[in-house]
Amino acid sequence: MVTLTAPETSTMNAEATRPAVSADSFSVDLAGSPVRELNQALHNAVDGQSWTVANPEGKHSLAVGINTDVTVTINGHAGYYAAGMHQKGDVTINGNAGVGLAENIMSGRVHVKGDASQSAAATGHGGLVVIDGNASARCGISMKGVDIVVGGNIGHMSAFMAQAGRLVVCGDAGEALGDSIYEARIYVKGTVASLGADCIEKPLKDEHLAELGELLAAAGRTDNPADFRRYGSARNLYHFSVHNSTSY
Amino acid sequence: MCGIAALQLRNPLLHPQMGSLLSSMMCQIVDRGPDSAGLAVYNTPGLVSAGTSTLSLLGKDQGIALPEVKASLDAMLPADAAAAVRVVGDTTLVSAAVGTDLLVKAVSETLPGSTIIGRGEHVAVMKSVGHPMDIAAEHGLEAMSGSQGLSHTRMATESAVTAGGSHPFSVADDLCLVHNGSFSNHATVRRDLKREGVVFDSENDTEVGARYVASRLQQGDTLEEALVNLGKVLDGFYTLVVTTADSMAVVRDPIACKPAIIAETDDYVAMASEYRALAALPGIENARIFEPEPGKVYTWSL
Repeated sequence: MVTLTAPETSTMNAEATRPAVSADSFSVDLAGSPVRELNQALHNAVDGQSWTVANPEGKHSLAVGINTDVTVTINGHAGYYAAGMHQKGDVTINGNAGVGLAENIMSGRVHVKGDASQSAAATGHGGLVVIDGNASARCGISMKGVDIVVGGNIGHMSAFMAQAGRLVVCGDAGEALGDSIYEARIYVKGTVASLGADCIEKPLKDEHLAELGELLAAAGRTDNPADFRRYGSARNLYHFSVHNSTSY
Repeated sequence: MCGIAALQLRNPLLHPQMGSLLSSMMCQIVDRGPDSAGLAVYNTPGLVSAGTSTLSLLGKDQGIALPEVKASLDAMLPADAAAAVRVVGDTTLVSAAVGTDLLVKAVSETLPGSTIIGRGEHVAVMKSVGHPMDIAAEHGLEAMSGSQGLSHTRMATESAVTAGGSHPFSVADDLCLVHNGSFSNHATVRRDLKREGVVFDSENDTEVGARYVASRLQQGDTLEEALVNLGKVLDGFYTLVVTTADSMAVVRDPIACKPAIIAETDDYVAMASEYRALAALPGIENARIFEPEPGKVYTWSL
């Protein structure tokens, strides 16, 4: 039984009956109801609603595939794949997130107040993922347009094969940052343990300071953009060189 | 995939709850390895007692009636050894007030077909095939007291689903090792260890890790040094938890293929594959929660 403070709208024909904007607030206690019901209720939600989730206790796949402009607040630690495939709206986790946070996010905003485990925002196409604490290895792996702002450190192999988007790290980066990067811009305030293949430091020009300032502001941070260094692709790896033709 | 849940209780007042806490943790890692499971519990009254050695044998049926096993052991051991044999769940426990080596010899002669899955003064090891929570219930985990507990739920990859292939692997006194992952060069390391005279019970890759750690400890390594050396010799992916009579260690491979999360309070250190296994622990809301860094050895002693 899902514990709702207001009656759930009918699953059938929900599109036709949804009001354009509703300011209703709902809460779900996962101590007494399954994740599947939470996600179904969120899929049935309408623009403008706000949802609060209690007792997540590390459960997997919380608030995945949200496709309406809702605000979801998860009070506690989330498990694997929280806010995966996020399309619209705003998800805040007042705790840590497990592996695969906001995996394949398309747009919208996901904010983790604690730490995130491996592969945060992996393959993300758009939107903003903010992690106030640290992110583990492979943060932004294969990112395709998502913006990621991490308040703390990130682990090894982050932005591996990154294709587009921006990764901002206010702490330190682990080994092999941006390995085999195509495009995407990486900004790191602290140290970088090592750069991956074809990832190089690049000059921080006015346009970069401006976009970095916007990203930090969007993440609610006060760091000075001038304290960061920029890294990106040397573009040697993904261009075929005629000199290598005999190798094939 | 496999699941690990381990608990070291720093506050003796929590010792009576060891089994119920470990059971609540294990319940959350069943999905990660539902084919077989194993448990190691330390200083659990009724299973082990100070001043006596206890061997854990695989299976409840040893082919010979328990009184006959005891009679045979009594005949082989010194008069004051007071051998005791009992069955707990699917495990046979043999105890006597002698050194473990002597007890191993006596048990091996009495029950040549038996498999010793645990040994020492402080630890009892139980493992079996089936649903992990059925195995835990069959052995009465919920009611067990103790200082440390280690559980593993297995999704077999490198060798068959057998009770013997379940973790923990306990190959030296009070030493247990559980593994999530797989070692890729275990055959090479097994050959090297065999050349040094080490005897193996199974074809399992994790047993190689356990035998390697035991071998290093025997050569004088600390637990931390043994695991640093393991990282140099064994290749593959792994999150390992190793327990001894009074310590617990966690290490992940250098690229952190397998998950691990740790919660630490004044009362306990708990490690699990996923946070959800830690969520029900007392005081978890104020615990220091972190993921162990890749390739770094963490140890805690009681």
